Amino acid sequence: MPKTMFQKVWEQHEVAPETVETPAVLFIDLHLIHEVTTPQAFEVLRQKGLSVRRTDLTLATMDHSTPTRTEQVFNGVPVTAAARQVQQLERNCTAAGIELLNMSSDLRGIVHIIGPELGLTRPGRTIVCGDSHTSTHGAFGALAFGIGTTEVGHVFATQCILQRRPKTFAIQVNQKLQPGVTAKDLVLAIIGQIGVEGGTGHVLEFRGEAIRALDMEQRMTVCNMSIEAGARAGMIAPDETTFSYLADKPRSPSGAAWERAVERWRALPTDAGAIFDREHTMDAAILEPMITYGTHPGMVIPITGTVPDRKGDPVFDKALAYMGFQSGEALLGRPVNVVFIGSCTNGRLGDLRGAAQLLRGRKIAGTVRMLVVPGSQQVKAAAEAEGLDRIFIEAGAEWRESGCSMCIGMNGDTVARGEYSVSTSNRNFEGRQGAGARTLLASPLTAAASAIRGRITDPRELLGGKP
Amino acid sequence: MDKITTIRSRTVVLPASNIDTDQIIPARFLTTTTRFGLGKQLFADWRYAPDGSPRAEFILNQPQATGCQVLVAGRNFGCGSSREHAPWALLDYGFRAVISTEIADIFRNNSLKNGLLPIVVDDTTSRWLIENPASQISIDLASATLRLPNGLSVNFPIDPFARYCLLNGVDELGFLLQQQDHIAAYEQRHKDN
Ligand code: SF4
Repeated sequence: MPKTMFQKVWEQHEVAPETVETPAVLFIDLHLIHEVTTPQAFEVLRQKGLSVRRTDLTLATMDHSTPTRTEQVFNGVPVTAAARQVQQLERNCTAAGIELLNMSSDLRGIVHIIGPELGLTRPGRTIVCGDSHTSTHGAFGALAFGIGTTEVGHVFATQCILQRRPKTFAIQVNQKLQPGVTAKDLVLAIIGQIGVEGGTGHVLEFRGEAIRALDMEQRMTVCNMSIEAGARAGMIAPDETTFSYLADKPRSPSGAAWERAVERWRALPTDAGAIFDREHTMDAAILEPMITYGTHPGMVIPITGTVPDRKGDPVFDKALAYMGFQSGEALLGRPVNVVFIGSCTNGRLGDLRGAAQLLRGRKIAGTVRMLVVPGSQQVKAAAEAEGLDRIFIEAGAEWRESGCSMCIGMNGDTVARGEYSVSTSNRNFEGRQGAGARTLLASPLTAAASAIRGRITDPRELLGGKP
Repeated sequence: MDKITTIRSRTVVLPASNIDTDQIIPARFLTTTTRFGLGKQLFADWRYAPDGSPRAEFILNQPQATGCQVLVAGRNFGCGSSREHAPWALLDYGFRAVISTEIADIFRNNSLKNGLLPIVVDDTTSRWLIENPASQISIDLASATLRLPNGLSVNFPIDPFARYCLLNGVDELGFLLQQQDHIAAYEQRHKDN
């Protein structure tokens, strides 16, 4: 029987298969943790007198509530409650013997950025984290999903998790993206087509020519937002692009172990003739840069489009009222207050290069506040090594230390009530970037172009292509 | 965890679809290190004005909401982040069950592990519940049935294992810990990964 990639990874990790009465017991190869969703799990371990079973498969970072201003990063965390969380993670990791990339580590960063760049995210692995965007790691052909704090405790104690087997959903993307249209635009288009609950109960597999043409960072952008379609996880089959990305990563296997690993990885892609529970086919070549106009990522249009009309839908009208938009109006040309480039969706080197390419030699509009927050300290160092920080600073943007920052606004990097923010992050929920903030999700190119003009701008106008 | 067998309560209705976890509990409250006391912050940005005063028009600030244990919501409730603070906040406020036509995966998992019943119903039942707020309903977990005051009763899907744990007040971790031998054997077989 031909198998899907998901099925192969799932079956390879069954400690005990599921039955009618009980879910499967699934072994976890990598458990990533951070300060926000772990304190209560460590507490339960202590109460029950249990210890962490596999500290060697557990890695901790601090990212969500940490400051991004250089002076604060290296002189203690200012927000009191956040400081307590960070200190608690340090104590918990020391006591449990878990490696922690702390505030002074050169390897620290957003949890979904550091796994891949260290070479810990690998094809065929099962990866969990108390964070829904764990789906990012699926770009390597890993089965990776977000879990709650109770499950974090389960993985600490047993390195396993109880799971019912999800269904599979193939997203077939034919042809290639046009210049100025990025992986972010692609995934926003996918969510727009299948809906924010379209993937519920499913693991997505992104396939087809457009996906094969993406580099690893772009594949991560796509898988990152699987959860915004409600999916449990998103996966992309490993190929030469994957192997060459992993080849020089510090914790990738080496020597004979590398050869054996690549051989195993080559067997992972979905077999010809394997059946998915659902399929959706689309064409990448006709896509334009995308931008959201509402309060969930499925409320998205091509940037040249107009806000749709759903007569009589009070939820839709409420979302438009929150955003201050009206059905039928164009978003192009609307003033912007804040531009945020960063997050686990678009905080990698390629994203920063894309934005810098537009900002080089240009200035952002005087009315715009722009934050560029690299996804990790390694991304930051690499960007600085090629002078991207100078381009951003000279253009008038703020250049920060790594962290989640304005994606979630826990560390004080927030958007003020009523302000419009063009953001490269993944959620435009009400208040996500600060109480009353109005978020428009877009690609780093669209974000940079909009910062330059101070208005929502089609990046193709500045790239010299046809708008 | 307390055992759950039946819940009898009036309903509170929030008809919006796609109520995400950032609405259930905004991220700025996630700096807590305990799971208790989050009920105050439930739906904070809908419940309170920027100055902290309660918004009179919001349902949870109205007298009929007092003591209600069942929340009826629009499609795709609990989408968004994996924060278990969302079910913690709902439970701390006093809710024991959430009813919708679709409940997001991670939220549903998190709810079951804390004794908050995620109940998925068909469109007709959902519409009736939304159109008849403050209905006195009853939920029987053993038979997985929801009874409405109009005499109708519908079955809802629930994972048999989760139901067993909830009915008996058993922690799922106990089951996993019993698998130690199998886990050790698995680890032996997969040393090279
Ligand atoms: S960058 Fe945003 S979405 Fe990603 S892990 Fe951080 S808070 Fe979550």
